[in-house]
Amino acid sequence: MNAETSPDWRDQIFDVLQAHGIKQVYHVPDAGHSRLIEHCQRSNSIRTVALTTEEEGIALAAGAWLGGQRSVLLMQSSGVGNTINLMGLTKTLRFPFLTLITMRGDYGEFNSWQYPMGQGTPKVLEAMGVLLYSVDKADEVKATVDAAARAAFHGGQSVAVLLRQKLIGIKDFGKKTK
Amino acid sequence: MSKATLQRRPLVKKILDGADDNLLVIAGLGSSNWDVTEAGDRPLNMPLWGAMGAPVGMGLGLALAQPGKRVLVITGDADVMMSLGSLATVATQQPDNLAIVVLDNEKFGETGNQASHTSPRNNGPTESGAGADLAMIAQGCGIVDVGTIRESGEVAQLIKDARTKKGPVFRLVKVMVEKLDFVMPPQDGAHLKDRFRQALLGHP
Repeated sequence: MNAETSPDWRDQIFDVLQAHGIKQVYHVPDAGHSRLIEHCQRSNSIRTVALTTEEEGIALAAGAWLGGQRSVLLMQSSGVGNTINLMGLTKTLRFPFLTLITMRGDYGEFNSWQYPMGQGTPKVLEAMGVLLYSVDKADEVKATVDAAARAAFHGGQSVAVLLRQKLIGIKDFGKKTK
Repeated sequence: MSKATLQRRPLVKKILDGADDNLLVIAGLGSSNWDVTEAGDRPLNMPLWGAMGAPVGMGLGLALAQPGKRVLVITGDADVMMSLGSLATVATQQPDNLAIVVLDNEKFGETGNQASHTSPRNNGPTESGAGADLAMIAQGCGIVDVGTIRESGEVAQLIKDARTKKGPVFRLVKVMVEKLDFVMPPQDGAHLKDRFRQALLGHP
């Protein structure tokens, strides 16, 4: 489907990432982000890198910035805790950092194991000085990701967009959304 | 296993000898940072004072962003041990401009030379490790070009491989346990980052 005419927010995120000149996209396997990841993998202008753990994404983002490239880290709230120690690097080096987080343990979650990190996600990110942009409506995703990218790459901030479970959907979560 | 005889400081100095604008260096925290700095502080060095476990990932992100430059990661055994998965991530990307040189003294040098996981097993109550072999681990992660250097006669080839061989290249160097002076670069991370980008890109 052509992203220009598609109302799907996942495709709109891809457009925003391209508009901001993002060249490296880091991810772990994620049902919520899968459509966006596949979009990036098919792109000629973006290098996608599958990580073994989310914290690698911070290190790669720092290296990419040293080399003059913008990047984004795609992850689930389940993996946010893995990044917290290295998240300090974004402050120490003062480099722009953008992450898009699909939330679990959030609105209507069925899996009790997801709640501790899901509920802790905003607090631990805030503790590390990461700005939080939260979005739960499909028609606000594009503008929110765009604003977050501006805050990161123009404002020099470390920014996380929380894609809330209300947005992603609770019933079909875990199935491939195509 | 015979005791290591290579000294890290002169070795790193030789590896970095004649470093030009084509060579981008990431140095892991602690001894590797001091080694690289003793060889000559330069804007295109990114010497870390923290962020243990990050150098391999940083090297990869940098290598992908700058395919026309040589990226050299110099760090210690425990730093690599902390993020073994990033070796597999390097292998998924196969950056032909990335070399990783691990200085393995089999000790946690910064905290008083306790035995690290690369120390041999069954080596007494306080000196035992796992006998972990980082070159084999790197190979098992999918980095095909790996090697272990123990003798001074192998150093000339190590330098060539680290500086010019088609990557990804992984070299494990067994080095002596030594007490050496701290040779420190600037500490401000934002300054180190800005001077690196200024030298590489022409703007901070």
